[in-house]
Amino acid sequence: MALTTFIPSEFRVVIDKDACLQCGRCVRQCGWNVYGWDEDERRPVPDHSKCSACHRCVTYCPGGAISIKKNELAFKQSDSMSPDLIKAIWKQAETGGVQLTGMGNDKPYLRIFDHLLLDACQVTNPSIDPLREPMEMRTFLGRKPDLVEVAADSEGGGLRLVTELDRQLQLETPIMFGGMSYGSVSLNVHRSIAMAAEELGTFMNTGEGGLHADLEPYQDHIIVQCASGRFGVDSSYLQAGAAVEIKIGQGAKPGIGGHLPGEKIDYEVSVTRMIPQGTDALSPAPHHDIYSIEDLRQLIYALKEATGYKPISVKIACVHNVAAIASGVVRAGADIIYLDGFRGGTGASPTIIRDHVGIPLEIAVATVDQRLRDEAIRNRASIVAAGGIRSSADVAKAIALGADACAIGTAALVALGCHVCQKCHTGSCSWGICTQRPELTRRLDPEWGASQVVNLVNAWTHELAEVLGALGVNAIESLRGSRERLRGLGLDKMTLDILGIKPAGL
Amino acid sequence: MTTYEDRTTSPDSSAVRKVPTGPARRGPSGIEPARITAGQPGAKRGAVTRRGGRARIDGKGVYYKTLNEQLREEIQRGATKVVLDNIIGQRYIGTGLAYPGVTVTINGVPGNDLAAFMNGLTLIVNDNAQDGVANTMNSGLVIVNGNAGDVVGYGMRGGSVYVRGDVGYRVGIHMKAFGDSRPLVVVGGHARDFLGEYMAGGEIVVLGLGGDKSRAVGSYVGTGMHAGVMYIRGTVAEHQLGKEVRIAEPDEADRARILAIVTDYSRAMRMDPEPILEQSFVKIYPYTSRPYGRLYVY
Repeated sequence: MALTTFIPSEFRVVIDKDACLQCGRCVRQCGWNVYGWDEDERRPVPDHSKCSACHRCVTYCPGGAISIKKNELAFKQSDSMSPDLIKAIWKQAETGGVQLTGMGNDKPYLRIFDHLLLDACQVTNPSIDPLREPMEMRTFLGRKPDLVEVAADSEGGGLRLVTELDRQLQLETPIMFGGMSYGSVSLNVHRSIAMAAEELGTFMNTGEGGLHADLEPYQDHIIVQCASGRFGVDSSYLQAGAAVEIKIGQGAKPGIGGHLPGEKIDYEVSVTRMIPQGTDALSPAPHHDIYSIEDLRQLIYALKEATGYKPISVKIACVHNVAAIASGVVRAGADIIYLDGFRGGTGASPTIIRDHVGIPLEIAVATVDQRLRDEAIRNRASIVAAGGIRSSADVAKAIALGADACAIGTAALVALGCHVCQKCHTGSCSWGICTQRPELTRRLDPEWGASQVVNLVNAWTHELAEVLGALGVNAIESLRGSRERLRGLGLDKMTLDILGIKPAGL
Repeated sequence: MTTYEDRTTSPDSSAVRKVPTGPARRGPSGIEPARITAGQPGAKRGAVTRRGGRARIDGKGVYYKTLNEQLREEIQRGATKVVLDNIIGQRYIGTGLAYPGVTVTINGVPGNDLAAFMNGLTLIVNDNAQDGVANTMNSGLVIVNGNAGDVVGYGMRGGSVYVRGDVGYRVGIHMKAFGDSRPLVVVGGHARDFLGEYMAGGEIVVLGLGGDKSRAVGSYVGTGMHAGVMYIRGTVAEHQLGKEVRIAEPDEADRARILAIVTDYSRAMRMDPEPILEQSFVKIYPYTSRPYGRLYVY
């Protein structure tokens, strides 16, 4: 739908005529149909209004002739009524629709991660060189016992473990992948991440879109999700996964459901979600069998019964009362609590929800960890921090704040070529990531994609090892919840207290 | 033998040394009796009697986890007919089971999430059932010879649930059909509000037998419904409907379907279908498969 009444385009597509080889590749590469073709002059003719600045054409232009500029059309300066708000009003005045967007919150809220600094050893306790000394990155997610009971081993004279341990997920690096459904992302994205998860010894997460048959070989490295719409959920799906995640909320859209429009439900998606082709896939806002902590417990144990007592993860969005909610979730029997911060990504969310609902992940991890420690139930569930993890530094800081592991979504997509243009909800992703159009999805080669993601996570894992070495510890376990190794810079006292860290200088 | 209420601490033994882990205990300890040793060696098992392909398990005082383990064991040993006696509120009976051809009869009142994620099994309840019957069930048959609670058939994708009596709120919510599987819920009595909410496929039939014939269903029937169909015996007033559905007289195909469903239900319930079919039905269907298709702007 072209909105032309008042709205100036966001970007300008600038083509250097001297450099243009007139090959027409830009026309073919663009998923948004920005480029027309002038038959007489044999030149591409851009429609600026359709450009999302995804740089597909820029990347593939053999002449290097294209650049995308911001449309710097000046509006009268106003710190209150920004051009973005004015344009949104025009758009809504024309259509009466709810604004949709993709990816994570892009508003300039305080980025707490960027105000946290890690410690390092100097003189008194030596740092460790991770290139020459072993660094333990292995992480186990799941319920740990309140007490470990051991008994004398009659034969060896040693001790043997009496306590029966709950099943754990074994991660070779404290980085896993967040839930992104097949339907919102393409099957080649799922294939890439599944292969990467297997190679890395970590886990991918199906999101609420079912498990495509092609991913079954990787099922030992896949966490299957059970969300309110129950799409693709049956007993064999539950048994396929290494663990099951109950999705209560998502950082990008706390408190609201999901809605995969009928246009995106092609044959393969429909088979995987187990719904008819072309109908809307509506995920209700709540699970209608969960109106209380007791009800959550009921579903957790139903899933345990159905899976032979695999670990159950519960994913919640970080909202104001997250610590109390997390306490309830852990008491309900969750083995893993997955905290999704307000910067977490989405395939589609109303803009108002994405940009204005929820709280930062950093605050949530710190308060949840503290609350569970105060109540002496921290051992009962592992904490996974997600929603705005952009680098290994964020991973290190989140773990120091109390997380057991981190999950990445957007970062993994960026490794696959995503340029974070925030148009996931349109289904026209030129990089073949957030689309089901076959001519676009085939652009992503899963083998290549897997190697990109593996490289990224390996690089981050090495960086984490460097951080640990500098801190003078040789296991990620030693950083976990070690807030003494963090300092805040430029944070107010209240925030420091909530995070449980000191300011730099103390 | 201890019951699970007694087991608020871990078993103690002189040969066992306790090594505390984690932080010092402060605040409420949050003891959860349900977790502690349920299903572990030492938990009470129900007495079993076997004859040929039949087995009976006495569920009296048996914790649900143990009971369900025993049920699976009997089926895996080859029982095709299993009777569970003295059932009082044990949850998750039939949950996740995929044994077409096996019949499980429950004497007593099973607990929540009966037949959840079930994928082929016949379950007969000779009493009332509680909430969440056939939650996300994929195939199989559940017959409840009494009333059933809320959210019967939540997200159910196939198979049938026959309830002799009344059902609670939000029954058939988000039921969906796919391929050859089309879920069916038949309620002999009355259904409360929000019947078939978000319904995305399948069939719900409410017969309204006994009680107030003029109001077989509550309010907000079919709110958010976007596929599937409901047949309600008697009348439904306009104000009882959700705003996404329409009401109509059943056409010939509908009437044939109603006849088939009621006949099968009556056979299962050992009732005479004739008096049921004497009264007319109304059909409730969604007016669009995309109720929210025009809600958004990109």
